[in-house]
Amino acid sequence: MTTYDKVETRNFYLLVALSGLVAGMGLIAAYLMEEHGHVITGMNNQIVWGMPHVFAIFMIVAASGVLNVASVGSVFGKAAYKARAPLSSLLSIALLSGGLTVLMLDLGRADRLMVAMTNYNLTSVFAWNVVLYSGLFSLAAIYIWTMMEKRMNVWSKPAGFAVFAWRFILTTGTGLIFAFLVARQAYGSALLPPMFIVMSFAWGLAVFHVVQSSMYAWNGKTIDPEIHKRMRNLLGIFVIAVLYFVVAYHLTNLYFAKQTAFERFILVEGGVFAVLFWVGYVLLGSLLPLLLIFLPGLEKVRYTVMASLLVILGSIAFLYVFIIGGQAYPLSIFPGYETTSSFGDGQIASYAPSLPEFLLGLGGIGVAFLMTTICVRLLSMLPHDIPDRRKRDAL
Amino acid sequence: MNAENPDRRKFLGKTSAVVAGLAIAPGVFLYTTAHGRAPGEAASGKVRWGMLVDTTRCSSDCKECVVACNKENGLSGGTKATDPQWIRKVELTDKKNGRKLSLPVMCQHCEHPPCVDVCPTNASFRRADGIVLVDRHRCIGCRYCMMACPYKARSFVHETLTDQNPDVPRGKGTVEACTLCVHRLDRGELPACVEACAKTGRRAILFGDLNDPESEISKRIRTVASVQLRADLMLNTGVRYEGM
Repeated sequence: MTTYDKVETRNFYLLVALSGLVAGMGLIAAYLMEEHGHVITGMNNQIVWGMPHVFAIFMIVAASGVLNVASVGSVFGKAAYKARAPLSSLLSIALLSGGLTVLMLDLGRADRLMVAMTNYNLTSVFAWNVVLYSGLFSLAAIYIWTMMEKRMNVWSKPAGFAVFAWRFILTTGTGLIFAFLVARQAYGSALLPPMFIVMSFAWGLAVFHVVQSSMYAWNGKTIDPEIHKRMRNLLGIFVIAVLYFVVAYHLTNLYFAKQTAFERFILVEGGVFAVLFWVGYVLLGSLLPLLLIFLPGLEKVRYTVMASLLVILGSIAFLYVFIIGGQAYPLSIFPGYETTSSFGDGQIASYAPSLPEFLLGLGGIGVAFLMTTICVRLLSMLPHDIPDRRKRDAL
Repeated sequence: MNAENPDRRKFLGKTSAVVAGLAIAPGVFLYTTAHGRAPGEAASGKVRWGMLVDTTRCSSDCKECVVACNKENGLSGGTKATDPQWIRKVELTDKKNGRKLSLPVMCQHCEHPPCVDVCPTNASFRRADGIVLVDRHRCIGCRYCMMACPYKARSFVHETLTDQNPDVPRGKGTVEACTLCVHRLDRGELPACVEACAKTGRRAILFGDLNDPESEISKRIRTVASVQLRADLMLNTGVRYEGM
């Protein structure tokens, strides 16, 4: 191992301090929420899941998708991706840790974690997810071990397969959290699990691009243009695939008369939700990245990083619309009637995220960042490309 | 008489058992319907508690059921978005003909409750007699049940609580909803909202055992048209509405 691999020392400590600060702010926010109750957040009895869930679900979905890089290497035998498998697995563990930290600290009774670990309701997809998340942690850790320990190398392919299968089931489980909700018009669709899987591909790869490029830049290295081109194009394809699913989801809804009012709300009249959907997700989070990826003359790494950051931004916008917009639209308890009550029946629910919940969400990203920074330095995870094998495999 | 007649003995035995049964049965029957449950006695699956709300008797200017519920269960009665509301009055206007309706909405105590399905820790559960409850010791406050409930019947406790009713323990950071006043029911009393509604003279809420064909509620459901909210979801709610 040479110091050449390592993130430059000054940058390292700066990053540790910065991400530690962000993670610490998240913990303080969680403490305040625990002390005062969720009344200090923007969440209420109408919008029961808020900003922490947007961040947490982004990280959990991306945690699964970032493993795609490893899977392409292990399962499909591409050497260029195989060299990136350890970093991809590490990012997965880090993102999952960040996401779960946020989810757990947002619980009304975060102190009852042991209750969640010891009482499983088998009909609850949340309970399944407790098993699925723990499993991914273990499998990804074993996978890294089989790759980094020479004696275990023979097991890395089976471990890669296991991780590949597990994360499909895991993201299906994340999609099912919403797909199993019969009550709300935004959810309850069998399209959601596959849509979440495809979203995980795009969001995870976007995160990988950002981390990989930063690591290369800080180590004064440049990524092989051929590998960069392949990974950039792959991101483009994933972004298109997500768009396809999102269009299919909304078109299906538009076709059902009972859903058209909801679609009109989300896509046209919903104020911040409509703006975030069209400008945040479609324009900035999808179309602009596609231009940066596929337009000739923009082959430089920095354009890919820009595209990736935009995809991440778009994913946050998408989840905000999906999670919060989906709850803001009133439940259809009395179809055919105009409804009013003291509990927000028939009204669009209002939601303004507060500082503590925003800090808690960012805190999760801080945790993921901190873990990545430290582990990358300790384990020397900068991808090493072997030119000959790469060229052979690239063909 | 020294020779015993086994047939005669059997006859006497059976007869006295029947007589004793006839003598005790009405008492047992009354006991089971009126006393609720003895401490430690399990809720019976033979009973299914339910309500029938007559919307034609319910008035938009009356909120006595809500007031009684808040008092009984120690709720503040506040209507901020973060305040728990176990029962609420909903005002409806038919979009086609302008017909107006007013009715209370609370936990519908479904036979197939989505909240129970999704609860990761089994904190949400359905008691044998059909009452859907939250075990406050098991609830971790994830609010998945609130996402799943089609009636928005559940509330999350957003703030520290004071002045709780000892019969109805609640807790910051957990989810709660109408319990059909299970503590009163187990004492053989009616839910607070039902009692309050009756006191107004409107008697818009009929409460009873849906499983007992002779109960007033069962007879009424057999004779008048009633609906379940979101009947399309096939949850078989314990609360029904007539006049809608």
